[in-house]
Amino acid sequence: MNISNVIEGVSRRDPRSIGRAISIVENHDPGAQAILDSLDAEKIAACLVVGITGLPGAGKSTLTAQLIKEYRSQKKRIGIVAVDPSSPLSGGALLGDRVRMMNHALDRDVVIRSMATRGRLGGVCGSAGAAVRIMAQSGCEVVLIETVGVGQSEMDIVRMADLTAMVLAPGLGDDIQAMKAGLLEVADILVVNKADLRGADALVLDMESVAQQRQERQGRSTRVCSTIANQGQGVAALAQSFKEINGQFQHSGEKAQRRLQARRYEVIDWAVELIRPRIADRVAQKQGFCGDPMLLAQDILAELGVESKK
Amino acid sequence: MSKKYRVLIGKPGLDGHDRGAKVIAQALRDHGFEVIYTGIRRSPAEIAAAAVQEDVDAVGLSSLSGAHLRLFPAVVEELAKAGADDIVVVGGGVIPEDDIATLKEAGVREIFTPGATLEDVVNAFQGVCEKK
Repeated sequence: MNISNVIEGVSRRDPRSIGRAISIVENHDPGAQAILDSLDAEKIAACLVVGITGLPGAGKSTLTAQLIKEYRSQKKRIGIVAVDPSSPLSGGALLGDRVRMMNHALDRDVVIRSMATRGRLGGVCGSAGAAVRIMAQSGCEVVLIETVGVGQSEMDIVRMADLTAMVLAPGLGDDIQAMKAGLLEVADILVVNKADLRGADALVLDMESVAQQRQERQGRSTRVCSTIANQGQGVAALAQSFKEINGQFQHSGEKAQRRLQARRYEVIDWAVELIRPRIADRVAQKQGFCGDPMLLAQDILAELGVESKK
Repeated sequence: MSKKYRVLIGKPGLDGHDRGAKVIAQALRDHGFEVIYTGIRRSPAEIAAAAVQEDVDAVGLSSLSGAHLRLFPAVVEELAKAGADDIVVVGGGVIPEDDIATLKEAGVREIFTPGATLEDVVNAFQGVCEKK
């Protein structure tokens, strides 16, 4: 399959071409640049990108699978980027999010791609953005990015998506957890999943108080939604919330601003990642490696021609 | 291993015995593969469609229940239909010696039976992925 066939196939919604295109870009194979250059900015701009994040076991994949069903009932073509962690030991990964989405395997308007973090620590993989854009090029109107199970500080998804839903479940932490800084401060929607379990009502109250504080301090509205994902309850309302928030963001200019920020961050992340091997080479060459690490880093950057001293 | 190999481990048909598939999936993960696991009770068409979307290098099929002669070749056919006959299919499970030649003729590259070591299986995946 040559690159022009792949590029043409993506626009034709050919599953094989979409799969190949994402791999080529993810692996930085020859042709990656041609693929990325071929993408249509208008299609990318029109696509709604939603981040689904939250603690491991909160129900992200089950909720994502239910959202697929909801969007398909609205006849929307949908993409899913499902990220799971790479092993720090072997570099391998077990990508298991798809198990819960297999009921849609034969639907050609559901484009699912499992991706490993490959060393990125922010909860998403480096090529997630490119995968989203390729899916948008293939006609996806909505793309959901399901992050790895996150703790409190994996913020990459908030920078990358048009809006982000943080999925919580009762029994995973007390109200002190909710007071800490982090994702709860920046997600646009707080989803209390497993709402049929004991403790869910209290969690909803806690989250509503988080939302209220944000309103008072930052003047930002945050929605709190309840779902029972494995029964599909609350999922249509959640999708409706996505739509309404997206509408508000489009109207207020927030969407355009977030897209611009997302591009900036993605460029910075890539720049750092692309220069990392050269830095690693220099570090390996240093004999008698002593002195303060930050000062050594400045020396190495100076050797590479990057001015870093303030 | 610098290039990341992607493989899919699947269980076609009405067979809920997934211990073997999970052991293989973890062994491959531990050897640096990115392994997509699609769970139990899936049709050959569903497995092939997932393999195409995920753009894997190889598909590993696991079977205990005895339907391998029908299900393994069906996955090979579905991949070919999807224009993905370059995705290699290997299989394993409780498979009688006599069936191995039939499966290989139908396009299944390797067959592993009880007693195969994890090393054998990992090496086989490594081999088929490298050759691509």
